[in-house]
Amino acid sequence: MTTRTAPSRICNVTGFIINRDGQQLALAHVVSGVVLLALGGLMAILIALQRQGLPISDDWWYRLLASHGATMLLFWLLLFEVGALYWGSTMLLNARMRAPRVAWANFGMMILGILMAQWAMLSGNATVMFTAYPPLTAHPVYYAGILLFAVGVLLAVVLFFANVVGAKRDATYEGSVPLVVYGLVAAAVIAVYALGTGAVAYGLLFLQSIGVIETVDPATYRLFFWGIGHGAQQVNLAAMVAVWYALIGLTVGGRPVNEGLSRFAFLLLIAFIHLGAVHHVLVDPGLGTSHRIMNTSYMLYLAVLASLIHAFSIPAGIEAAQRERHGARGMFGWLVRAPWREPGFSSLVLSVVYFGFIAGVTGVLMGTMQLNMLIHNTLFVVGHFHATVVSGTTLAFMGISYYLLPLLSQRKLVAPRMAQLQPYVFAGGVALLTLAMLQAGRLGVPRRVADLEYSDAPLGVTVFQSGPTPTVMLLVSVGALIAVVGGIMFVWVMVATLLTGERSERPDQGLGFAIGAPARERQEVLREMAAATRTKPTTDTTVDARGLKGRWQRFEAPGTYLLVLIFLAWFVVMYVVAHFNLAQAWPVG
Amino acid sequence: MSDARSPEDERELNTLTPPEKVWWKRLGPDERRWLTIAFVWCLILFTGMYVWMGIGDQQTPIESYRIDPDDFAAETTAFIEEHQVDEMEGVPVVAPPPGSNVYLQASQFQFRPVLQLEEGETYRLLVSSTDVQHGLSFQPVNLNFQVLPGYLYVIEITPDRPGEYPMICNEFCGLGHHVMTGMVIVAEAGAEGNAP
Ligand code: HEM
Ligand SMILES: [Cu+2]
Ligand SMILES: [Cu+2]
Repeated sequence: MTTRTAPSRICNVTGFIINRDGQQLALAHVVSGVVLLALGGLMAILIALQRQGLPISDDWWYRLLASHGATMLLFWLLLFEVGALYWGSTMLLNARMRAPRVAWANFGMMILGILMAQWAMLSGNATVMFTAYPPLTAHPVYYAGILLFAVGVLLAVVLFFANVVGAKRDATYEGSVPLVVYGLVAAAVIAVYALGTGAVAYGLLFLQSIGVIETVDPATYRLFFWGIGHGAQQVNLAAMVAVWYALIGLTVGGRPVNEGLSRFAFLLLIAFIHLGAVHHVLVDPGLGTSHRIMNTSYMLYLAVLASLIHAFSIPAGIEAAQRERHGARGMFGWLVRAPWREPGFSSLVLSVVYFGFIAGVTGVLMGTMQLNMLIHNTLFVVGHFHATVVSGTTLAFMGISYYLLPLLSQRKLVAPRMAQLQPYVFAGGVALLTLAMLQAGRLGVPRRVADLEYSDAPLGVTVFQSGPTPTVMLLVSVGALIAVVGGIMFVWVMVATLLTGERSERPDQGLGFAIGAPARERQEVLREMAAATRTKPTTDTTVDARGLKGRWQRFEAPGTYLLVLIFLAWFVVMYVVAHFNLAQAWPVG
Repeated sequence: MSDARSPEDERELNTLTPPEKVWWKRLGPDERRWLTIAFVWCLILFTGMYVWMGIGDQQTPIESYRIDPDDFAAETTAFIEEHQVDEMEGVPVVAPPPGSNVYLQASQFQFRPVLQLEEGETYRLLVSSTDVQHGLSFQPVNLNFQVLPGYLYVIEITPDRPGEYPMICNEFCGLGHHVMTGMVIVAEAGAEGNAP
């Protein structure tokens, strides 16, 4: 048997050996993901502006909402993640892509699945939302399309594992896999579980839609559905954390102070995160108290512990690298002198901060059994997950795209100044969008409702037409506009680079890679800079070389330690405030 | 490959490269402290739910039963016949006695009946759906529950302030989702016209 081995090249920027098959496949998935992101963004602005009077019929509003949800949550994120899996398992391991033809056929199948589902949703044959709760029923083509796509992702995960195992056998790298690949392995393991339960849930609905089985029990379906509905979010989480670590490497050349701890956190995630599926059914009939509490707490919140570990390791990695390589001094000198104009760095920091302070905290509040009564199916939920998957995952993915696309397409980045600005615009818009959505949810505004004035309801509802709600909903729309402008900037840079970027063997122009050849070329400059700050004459003998005093000198990342304590204080305050709010509601039980 | 990574450079160690052979090392003092604090906070979050069960008045309803949707519709109709006092926009209004079982039916696209309750009294709402899934959301108190066909959810409420409280559906249930509403009218304690 002969195996076709695609030629490889050495990347002049990073020094990795790049396999052409892996490169083309990763590029194809990332680019098609970006196309779907653009499509989903177009729908986002339509559904957001309908609230301010943009004339869209109720029927079309629901169709667009259904498609926006599936396009963004399933198609954009998973296509990008498959691209990241192929990238990580070939380029980062200097390895070749296994079964490239299968991977291409699989890609075609995923695109076919997307087209089928989009047709069904936009033609009004599948207005059931991505949750597709039975007994609502959609056209069989919808379920079949989603299933094809999901099976495609599953197959891509299998190919990823084949790449990693094959690379180990061929000894293309030494020792353990890099941390980023380790994180991607975690994402892939969780994906197997998530896609498995998803196939059961959507498979049952498909069989029902073609008349093979008569009914699907709604409560059972909800448990299986949230196996993927929630599981997929954990894939997003693990992939995002892996991308965060990648951005630390790419933009400041750093790594966690203690890599073992980060790896341990990924293990905690794999072990416990799937229990969280239950936090979607906390106010459903049918489950016992202890079952709800054990599961919604991810078993004593051990998966939250994993996130809290990353919350320390990531900034600490930045802090240590900035101190060591750039000679940053004092408590927060590492932040002051950070590369804020580097799109990957600003995306990283904005994504981490927003994910921690808003997404993570609101997630734990919603997943607290009794607090869930105040939140279930309100716009608070939508605010929470736009904080996770938009300002967290999407922003991180955008950030790394600025490096991946030039490296993989061997073209210089077009409009680097726009790239510098883009993370701030996008994060700013999404911050307004999500904070306003969270506040609207606190005021009781429901999700997925086309008309908040209830003008056609026999028993009218006026609570959302007075008080602060109209203003808050206006802020949702303003945030949406700004976020979409940020999204357009991103898509613009990507498309322009791909179509008009200058071909180059050294496509790192406009980007400050902190690894590989660019880093070596800058090494002298950096060394001098670091030496200059370190040897700054000081009369104060209590200050050490890092510019730290007293007990802080014993710490590896004192600045980070202070920051995480501030974060914890915020977390505690929000937890107490939420219970105070709960106590204002009617007694219920 | 030798010119891509010049040999005199020590091997680059970052998140994109394999770690050193033994990648576990002792935790630093800041890491150890943070890990301890974080774990304690996780335990507080966990026990917090049990603590609230002891001290809070707002608890997640647990009691639930299976019920055939047709049976549920029939029982609701009988309940309405027994307790109806009025009609609002074509929807029957009932005034059940405090402490009693109160049927509340969700169906595309209406909650029925309208409930007339007394401030400070406790009622056992028996909630289910006769068709698809719905969301039961009391506004502006903002208490939210999921309603499934085939399952009867028992939700005990004690409305403690008089007023008109709309119910809205907040689970997508079809193209009429945004017209699906209902109403709870809470009368002041001891007010007239509330006796059956
Ligand atoms: C450009 C920024 C975006 C804006 C302005 C935006 C806006 C919105 C709005 C207004 C809704 C409807 C909320 C409701 O009334 O129920 C919505 C729903 C949703 N969005 Fe976004 N969105 C954006 C990006 C994203 C991204 C990047 C993702 C995923 C990665 C995403 C995932 C979702 C999902 C899953 C829903 C729920 C759909 C459903 O209820 O079935 N959005 N978004
Ligand atoms: Cu409904
Ligand atoms: Cu509804």
